Formats: sequence, C-alpha cells, structure tokens
Amino acid sequence: MTKIEFLRSGPYVTTPAEKSCMRGSGLTKIFGSGSQKCVAVDHVDFDFNEGEIISIVGESGSGKTTLAKMLLGLISTTEGEVYFLGKKRDIRTQKKKHEYWKNIQAIFQDPFSSYNIFNKIDAVLLDCIYMRGGRKLPHPKKVELMTEACSFVNLKFEELTNKYPFELSGGQMQRLMIARIFLLKPRILLADEPTSMIDACSRATILDMLLKLRNETGMTLIFITHDIGLAYYVSDSVYIMEHGKFVESGCADDVILHPKEAYTRRLISDVPKIHEVWDLSTV
Amino acid sequence: MSRVMLEVKELTTKYITRFGEDVYAVDHVSLKVEEGKSLGIAGESGCGKSTLALSLMGYYFAPLHYTSGEIIIDGRTISGMAPDDIRKSILGTQISYIPQCAMDALNPTRKIINFVEDVIYAHNTYISKKEIYDLARERFEILGLPAEVLQKYPVELSGGMKQRTVIAISVILLPLVLIADEPSSALDVTSQKMVIKMLRELMERGFIKAMIFITHELPLLYNVTDDIMVMYAGQIVEKGTAKEAVFDPLHPYSKGLMGSIIVPEKGLRGTKLAAIPGVPPNLKNPPSGCRFAERCKYVVAECKAHSIDLREVEDGRAYRCIFSEEQLREAYKND
Repeated sequence: MTKIEFLRSGPYVTTPAEKSCMRGSGLTKIFGSGSQKCVAVDHVDFDFNEGEIISIVGESGSGKTTLAKMLLGLISTTEGEVYFLGKKRDIRTQKKKHEYWKNIQAIFQDPFSSYNIFNKIDAVLLDCIYMRGGRKLPHPKKVELMTEACSFVNLKFEELTNKYPFELSGGQMQRLMIARIFLLKPRILLADEPTSMIDACSRATILDMLLKLRNETGMTLIFITHDIGLAYYVSDSVYIMEHGKFVESGCADDVILHPKEAYTRRLISDVPKIHEVWDLSTV
Repeated sequence: MSRVMLEVKELTTKYITRFGEDVYAVDHVSLKVEEGKSLGIAGESGCGKSTLALSLMGYYFAPLHYTSGEIIIDGRTISGMAPDDIRKSILGTQISYIPQCAMDALNPTRKIINFVEDVIYAHNTYISKKEIYDLARERFEILGLPAEVLQKYPVELSGGMKQRTVIAISVILLPLVLIADEPSSALDVTSQKMVIKMLRELMERGFIKAMIFITHELPLLYNVTDDIMVMYAGQIVEKGTAKEAVFDPLHPYSKGLMGSIIVPEKGLRGTKLAAIPGVPPNLKNPPSGCRFAERCKYVVAECKAHSIDLREVEDGRAYRCIFSEEQLREAYKND
C-alpha cells in the first residue's frame, strides 16, 4: 500500500466521514422530445459522504444506469447540478473530463465488453499508472506496482503478462478491473451491477475485494444493482429508485428490514429467500 | 414408485479442442428425475452445468462429443440415436431446452408467431397457419401472455416478456422434460419472479412432466426445485433434497457455495461471505485424486492419492468425499 502513496494527490480517510463527496441537486435526464419524450431520471437529489458505501436499487428501466452515466460524466444532464467535493462539477472540456475521471471510476456489468480487445493486460494496467502520473517511473517500479495490484485481487501478474483480457474467465476479468481501480485509487468507485454476470462464489470474492479496497483507500463506493440482498449486505445507505425517482432512502437496515414504501416492500418480496416463504402469488 | 421421466446413467461427454485435446466437461454423471419433480443443478461457472444440459438432449455437435453412458427419457433410450432422428422425434416433444441467453435467441427480423410455426412445422408439416395461430394463442393465454405478443417482433418486448415468450415457444409441443439453463439470470427480481411463476405453472398444468433447472443462484434453486445436485469440475459432488443441500451440505465445496448465499434477511449484515480461494482444475488434465482437493481446507494426503467415488448415504442423498458425514458435520461445527 505505502509503495504507491506517491501516486495519490491527498490522504484518504478509512472510516465514513461526514464530509460530502458527491452531491446531486435536481438531476434530470430526458431523452427525446414531444411524444417520444422519456424522462429517465426525474429531479433526483442525493448526498454521498466520503468513504460511504451506497446502493442504488431498482428494476430494469428505473433509470439507475442513466444516473450512473450522468455521475460519470458520460452523458450530459438535462437539468440539475452535480457537486464534487463541495464544488460544482466542471467537465466542459475533454481535459477537465480526464481530470474528473482520475477521481471517479467505474466497473461495469459485462467484464467481456469492458476492455479494449486489442490491448494486452500489461497495457491495461500501465494505462492506469500513466493516468496517476507514473509515466516516467523506471520499468521495474512499474512492474512492481502492477504485480502488487494483481496480487491484491489474487491474480499472478507473471501469468497475465502478454495475455489479452479475453483469455481470462469472467470472474478473473472482473478482478482485473478491481486491480485497475487499486492502481487508480479514485475517490469514488461506481460499480454498475458488478456481480450480476458471475457466479455466487466469485461474487463473494469480488465483494470481499471491493470492501477491502474501500477499507484501505477510504473511497466512496456506489453500487448500482437490482439485487436487494447484495445492497443490504454491502451498503451503509440504500436508495430505492422507481421511474427515475428515489422513492425511499436511508440506512440499509431501516430501508430493507423496515421499508415504508409499497414499492420497496414489493421489491424485497420478489427476492427468493431461504428462511422465509417466497410468495409467488404476489406477481 | 412414480414414473421416471429422465434417467441418466454414467454419462460422459467431452469437448475436442482445435488442438485435438479432450476436455471431459461431463464426467460419469448419473441422475434421475421422476414425474412431477424438478431437479436443480448448481455450481460455479465452468463446472459443466450447461454442457450437461446440452448433453442431456442427446444432440451433439462439434466440439461437443458423446463418449459413453445412457440417457433414457420415459423409458426410451435416446443416447446413440442419429442426430436427425433426435431432432425430429425427441427435441421439442420429449425434451426441450431454454438456452442461457434466451433473450438473444430470437431473430429480430421475425415475428413471434414465425418461431412458433418453425417449431411446429419441424414435427408436423400438415398443419395450417390458422391452426398454429389458434394453438399458440390458447397456450400463450393460459400462460398469462397476451395473444398480441404473437404478432410482435422481439425488439418490441421487454426482457422478462421475451424470456417468457421463449419459454412458451419451447413448451408448445408439450415436452416431457424441460431443461431451463439460467432462465432468469439476466432479469431483475420482479421479472425473475414472473418467469419462475410461469415455470411452476407449466408443471402444475401438466405442460411438462419434469424439469431440470440450472442456476448458480442458490436461493432461487431452493425455492424452485425439489432436489439439488451440486457439480464441480465436471463431476457431481453432492445430491440431495433442496433442504438438505442448502441447510445441511456435506461436501466442502457445497458448504462453501451455501456460505456465499446473499438474501435480504435479518442477520446477513455482519456475517462474512464464504469465498472459496483458488480456481477449479483444468479439465484437459484433471487431477487423479479429489478434484476439489487444491481448494479444500479439510484436505489430507489421501484426498489426492486416488479418485473418490460418490458415496450414497440415504435414499437419493450422495456426496463425493473421503470423510464420513459425522466427520464433515463436526468439522463444519468447529469452523
């Protein structure tokens, strides 16, 4: 850990601090216009603290991924503002966007389409070192950093070198994504359904690694998921999204164990359980 | 004893890679599914679940090859039949399959009714389009799908609706056995519940007589199937009822799998999920001893010395480990 301290711009906290990391005010995204108008995200407000683990839960089409893309700056907002570390986010130029992406990174659902198929794994990891200002480091130092990142996610860099990402399994690819994040050390990591395409066993490993990474770096972790069990397991706070709006939010225990909204109750009842009866008649 | 709908005896199938290497993805698998029962198959990615599902249909195409064993559907042996005979007289009518990516299984340029026509024409060419439409409409309506779906293109349907449409098409000829390979893994919880409800209805209404359900989501298996079979590296490592497999797993691998269950129930937060370290063995060259030995925390020298047979303990319950039930339960208690 200490070896790559120099790549960071400032120290991180290791426990959730009451300091706002990202705040959204009236965020709205409208696709199309006229009769084709679709309000994907509708005046959403939120405040994520530094080091907090947040889950945004909802059905397909509820606007989770659109919101995630807006937070990442991949699509423009129709209305509303995003505040990053207390300041209004400015990503009007490509240069500013690159600067912003040093602070916010993402892991996507499909590890198979997350990589450039023409780049070898070494290049994927080297890119991250370059992004954190390590371009002029001596080669052995770069290898040391890459080896450290791979060993963090239980991969062996010696075995990966000269391979392409598609030569790995889905779980390994997703772990390599976490190795990238380990090198980049962003302030915010946005994980969009990071475990939905991998099996239950690998899911436990991936979650374990993400939580370990959060504990070591103090980054804010935002999970976008439809798996309410996962949200309950990992999060400090949960936001329930329906038709582009947050219908319920709060501490994970309150929202999942004592839901107030009918929609939240329905979502929870739709998840198969093992100690309670799963009522199929309520569909 | 009730009628056995599907019986598999020591089935072994392999992939032949382009370098001529043999990969035994299904290795001496035996199973039995009785009328009205469903069997769940669990295991991690690459353990051979989907290969077993494909092998059960008796329809092999390169690189998958049949090696040995027997597949019997309702008393009729289908292993060793010519592919054309299988296609004409077995697929769709005796056994039907819902593929893993069922949502992408529909050609976007054709209407849903065209897929239904394809399935029916493959078995009966003397039937009019009107008859097919009436039959499809009736079946779709019984299964809770509106008849308008038949005149729609796949892109006009939502993910859950597409999945249910694929299921309805696959059971249009009332197969005896339905194999559902991860039918709900790409869906959100609400659509998943609708798909499961539909599969239950198929059984209750007698559209299908038995079902094999493959998924790595254990809470789902527990709620859907009567029995659960756990696979690891091409072999069965545990068989039992759903309750036994989830609450009293015997094989260390099953125990690890059950420890990775995430459900929104009180007490889940604060518990540590069991992540099994390491990776499964390469099936091109599997170890001669226990295949799980490298990742097992209870491993002893004997585990790696020779291959381990499946131990039958009670009626239908079996596991593949050198330790006795008592020893395993004691070890889990001390963890």
